[in-house]
Amino acid sequence: MSTEHKITTQKVNFKVFRFNADEDYLPYYENYDMEVTSEEVVLDILNRIKWDHDGSFSYRRSCRHGICGACAIKVNGRSTLACKESMNDMVELFGNELVIEPLSKKRVIKDMIIDKADFWEKHDAVTPYLVAEIDENPESENLVSPEDAEKLDEADLCIQCGACHYACPAVEINEDFFGPAAFAAAYRFSADVRDNSQSRLADVNEEKQGVWDCVKCFECAEACPKDINPIGKITKLHQMAFQEGIAKNNVAVRHAVGFKKSIMKNGVLDEGGLVLYSEGPAIVKHLPVAFKMFTKGKIVPPWGITKSDNLDEIQKLVKSSSTAKF
Amino acid sequence: MEKLKYALFTGCTAKQSTPEQMMSTMAVADKLGIELIELTEASCCGASHLQDYDDFLSLVLNARNIAYAEKHGLTMVTICNTCQLNTAMTKHRLDNNAELKEKVNEKLAEVGLEYKGTSAVTHFLYAIIDDFGLDKLKEMVVTPLSQFNIAPFYGCHNIRPSELQNETHKSKENPYNPTSLDDLIIACGGETVDYEQKNKCCGFHVELQAPHTAAVLTGNAIAGAMDGNADWMVTPCPLCHLKLDTQTAHASEAIGRDVELPVLHMQQMVGLALGCTPAELGLKHHLAKVDFV
Repeated sequence: MSTEHKITTQKVNFKVFRFNADEDYLPYYENYDMEVTSEEVVLDILNRIKWDHDGSFSYRRSCRHGICGACAIKVNGRSTLACKESMNDMVELFGNELVIEPLSKKRVIKDMIIDKADFWEKHDAVTPYLVAEIDENPESENLVSPEDAEKLDEADLCIQCGACHYACPAVEINEDFFGPAAFAAAYRFSADVRDNSQSRLADVNEEKQGVWDCVKCFECAEACPKDINPIGKITKLHQMAFQEGIAKNNVAVRHAVGFKKSIMKNGVLDEGGLVLYSEGPAIVKHLPVAFKMFTKGKIVPPWGITKSDNLDEIQKLVKSSSTAKF
Repeated sequence: MEKLKYALFTGCTAKQSTPEQMMSTMAVADKLGIELIELTEASCCGASHLQDYDDFLSLVLNARNIAYAEKHGLTMVTICNTCQLNTAMTKHRLDNNAELKEKVNEKLAEVGLEYKGTSAVTHFLYAIIDDFGLDKLKEMVVTPLSQFNIAPFYGCHNIRPSELQNETHKSKENPYNPTSLDDLIIACGGETVDYEQKNKCCGFHVELQAPHTAAVLTGNAIAGAMDGNADWMVTPCPLCHLKLDTQTAHASEAIGRDVELPVLHMQQMVGLALGCTPAELGLKHHLAKVDFV
């Protein structure tokens, strides 16, 4: 029995980002109208632009199997591995006008090729390797149980393509921020039972570059072509900071802990109380806005908060279900 | 059509810093003939911050909230993107992991509750679109918003992660080109503004720990809407609303440009189109003055 496999074609207009840092003052977009078959992936289109239209068009490619991470670009703002993404899916998602751009327009060397130095520096900074005493004459293999391997939560599948890093708004604004890929790598090795690093978790908890500045937008989860869910790893790194007892007494950590305190007291949040607990004396910087909010009826004093009904249930559950300490 | 009825999880903000959101939710539900049973027993969802501290506790508390909706035999409706995310995420994890569900239910049993997984969880925006229907809404519009350019601001936690959102809502949203809020604006008779930041982050969740990052994100969002000639912005998320409405001074300073626009809750926009009064919609509770009504 054979299933008929039908190849269909459709017309697609490609608007392609072009820029040569050595020659051009400004980037521009070149239009290409092409017949695209349902069998093609985005990389086929990049190849055809170079081979059939303009030999100077530049992009990175290597393995063509979704494992080297070289060909990550953006299609209509969506990070994508060119060799893995089917044209059919792209047309289905965005229609017949597709915008082809590099991962980061401000880091372009030529067309799709970007300078990923910041990505690699940050990756290097999280000690992205196992730190362990190695027995030079082992008598048996160093086995990791399937349960322990599960703890990596597929973080080891990262191919360092940079898709999540250059989709992260916090990376764009705060140049020191390590970014989702570096944090996923930090998690990958910190969660490994063979690892003994004393410094990695402390590094990723540093205030200037650390894990607490994640804006929780889920852009990284959306961008990752390997479905690693980097923000999930960032959440696990937050939890690890408490489990390992290295969570610092700073505004970000108190902000997380403050939710539990507030829930214990009221069931619901005491918004003002949370800011006070998180900021401490630094709360004074919020007073001008708080005053304006007060005049508009947007501040409820602690005694005016409507507590959850059946608060005793919530308090009982907070006591019996808590797993973390600070 | 049978009367729509939901269990309303208000979240904390609607009862404190955005009272206008609570008022407009009830006013709009009343106009549309939707019955909302408020879950007064519900706790805070943890807002993704409790999740950073104590994952299991956050699961137990969110499962408890859903269990109350299940007791009513109703779909839970949320009015905050972050409540929606944390509740739907809990539901997804418990419905797909029997062992975890059992552990959580052991705790809930201590207070005589059980999470069964029988209630769906949806945001009010999608309840209006998927269950009530935009065609029906259009017919009920008495004050079309035709003279306004309205900039939709979607809020991350309604559109990402798309896998979870598309499992939760009947509307399938492309996070890189979402349409639900645009469709709602059009149904209310308004013109939608297309701009780069409409599906981007407002910065709310790092306002305390990374104030500069937060302020730049807010500033860029409002600036993008202004450059798109928006008369005002609209959002389904009270946290985005707080950020865009109350933090304009910091945002302006951070991006070196004065930015401010009236920002309406999705419910307030629908309420205006349905003929609710400014008082019913709590328009006086905004910092960025709503002076066009």
